[in-house]
Amino acid sequence: MSRQLRDIEERKFMTEKRLRAAFTNQHKAFIGFVTAGDPTFEKSVAAILALAAGGADVIEVGVPFSDPVADGPVIQDADLRAFATGITTTKVFELVGEVRKKSDVSLVLLVYLNNIFKYGYDRFFSKCKQVGIDGVIIPDLPMEERSEVLPFTLKYQCALIPLVAPTSGDRIPQIVQETTGFVYVVSSMGVTGVRSQLDSNLEDMITAIRKSTDAPIAVGFGIHTPEQAAKIAAIADGVIVGSAIVKIIAENTAVTIEKITGYTRQMGAAIHKGDREKNL
Amino acid sequence: MQTKKTSKINGRFGEYGGQYIPETLMSEVAKLAKAYEYYRNNSDFQAEMMDLLKNYANRPSLLYYAEKMTNDLGGAQIYFKREDLNHTGSHKINNVIGQILLAKKMGKTRVIAETGAGQHGVATATIAALMGMECEIFMGQVDTKRQALNVYRMKLLGAKVNSITTGTGTLKDAVNAAMQEWSKRTNDTHYVIGSVMGPYPFPTMVSDFQSIISKEIKQQLQDKTGKLPDAVVACVGGGSNAMGAFYHFISEPTVRLIGCEAAGKGVNTQQHAATIERGSVGIFHGMKSKFLQNEDGQIDEVYSISAGLDYPGIGPQHAALADTKRAEYVGITDDEAVAAFEYIARQEGIIAAIESCHAVAYVMKLAPQMKKDQIIVCNLSGRGDKDVAAIARYRGEKIYD
Repeated sequence: MSRQLRDIEERKFMTEKRLRAAFTNQHKAFIGFVTAGDPTFEKSVAAILALAAGGADVIEVGVPFSDPVADGPVIQDADLRAFATGITTTKVFELVGEVRKKSDVSLVLLVYLNNIFKYGYDRFFSKCKQVGIDGVIIPDLPMEERSEVLPFTLKYQCALIPLVAPTSGDRIPQIVQETTGFVYVVSSMGVTGVRSQLDSNLEDMITAIRKSTDAPIAVGFGIHTPEQAAKIAAIADGVIVGSAIVKIIAENTAVTIEKITGYTRQMGAAIHKGDREKNL
Repeated sequence: MQTKKTSKINGRFGEYGGQYIPETLMSEVAKLAKAYEYYRNNSDFQAEMMDLLKNYANRPSLLYYAEKMTNDLGGAQIYFKREDLNHTGSHKINNVIGQILLAKKMGKTRVIAETGAGQHGVATATIAALMGMECEIFMGQVDTKRQALNVYRMKLLGAKVNSITTGTGTLKDAVNAAMQEWSKRTNDTHYVIGSVMGPYPFPTMVSDFQSIISKEIKQQLQDKTGKLPDAVVACVGGGSNAMGAFYHFISEPTVRLIGCEAAGKGVNTQQHAATIERGSVGIFHGMKSKFLQNEDGQIDEVYSISAGLDYPGIGPQHAALADTKRAEYVGITDDEAVAAFEYIARQEGIIAAIESCHAVAYVMKLAPQMKKDQIIVCNLSGRGDKDVAAIARYRGEKIYD
């Protein structure tokens, strides 16, 4: 192995330590989502900590975007609430810094490419490393354009989490090869938001992905009930829940924080049900 | 300017272009690129398209010498390319015929489209009706009000019109909504993007379909005068009519290419849509290009009296043409466009779209500075019937449409 390649491998290892730890020992990961700054800077910090306290293994922090084309109305509204209290990319990093004072939970950013581009690729990923971001999910960056950020994610040891959609088909091997972090499987077509039914070919997708990578696989889009979460956990390594949590945050009442922790525990219980048996 | 070759390979025009879209859409866009690359060189497809352009859409459109206006302005000879005389009243139909024909070849049974002024929506609804396709249009709520007549026109043609209330309720939000709808349903649906924007192959494909405009101009002007134009002037929102009018002149260095952006209430105010003049490089709506945005990359809310130019971005080819200075881009305010709307009506008896009147307004400034043996071709991208009520209101008339 060339020295350069070995360096990349080592860096990848460091990148993934905390993130991969969320998935180890047959432990299924619960991944929760919070929009940064929704409804205020402080309250979203509290929401992230509540998720961590409830046992979330990874937390996705959404960087608000003016035109989130991959997101449904629930997350669009969260972005608007965050903008109303003046969220900026700089403040998102400050917010992560606040969380890091109190929690070591694995954090990834859900961020549209233009926000990264305008901040400056080098500056953005250097800042990610500095504040303790383990990975990024960029919904509008398909594999065709990955080279845009790859040099910087490698340089700063930030996992670039690839997305696989129900229509990905024979694109899957190329999408998931050399995955850093985990593979994000989009459960159904369309945008984020709760759904009563998930796509039926989920198992086939996961089988296809496993053929091309050892990286953990987490499923998102539409999941909100413990029953759905348990079903997903039976076939995948992690369950991602976004809009359902954002809906609780949107209620913005005195009990919101307790509700988030409670919901996280409930979802965690459903997801982790199978963990113990498999460990025996 | 980048050659056509590079755009064919990965849809890049200098640093601009590309395919920045969610994975949910990527395999469909890749399929579309493959289909387009095949059919663009397929003589049967081209023949079928030409037949529709000629026998259904009324091509070639006239190249008209505006003698009265030429004399009044006292400078360069002014010719209008009359895209307003096409069936459905604008250049939009050139692209729609191509795309829906392609969609049909790909086995699609349903088309969706965004629309600003409603011209692209009307063209899409029209060709969908002709070809027996289901059709759904996405239009910002603000635009459904200022272009109410076109909304009914689309309904009349059998299309479903969705009024979009998110964001500013204008063209940008209509594009977001159409993209979201497409990401839900690609198996039977093609998204007919109306301008030279979006992920590859759209900018390349739409400029190819619109390039017939400059192909005809070149021939028609040659027949009339034996010369090339000295300047080609067109309005620019996303930039499809301008790309069409520029296309075959890009490689002719003596021809000035001038795009007219919407300066709204002035480029020094917050209310304009002058992307080249005031925008910066960004990545949005599937492409790297120039956008009006803040320092965090949040897309601006833009403004123009014209619903068709009220867009915070511009096609990637234009961004590249501006960088290399092959084309010039100028801002035209609402007031200037409205004055041009009235001027061309009185001088030439032509009611042109308020979008196109941004180009006419610049011709009014440019012609007097040029010599009498020089030639300006101005693309009249659409007709202005749809704007009459709004202009009347702008002038304080009490009129209801």
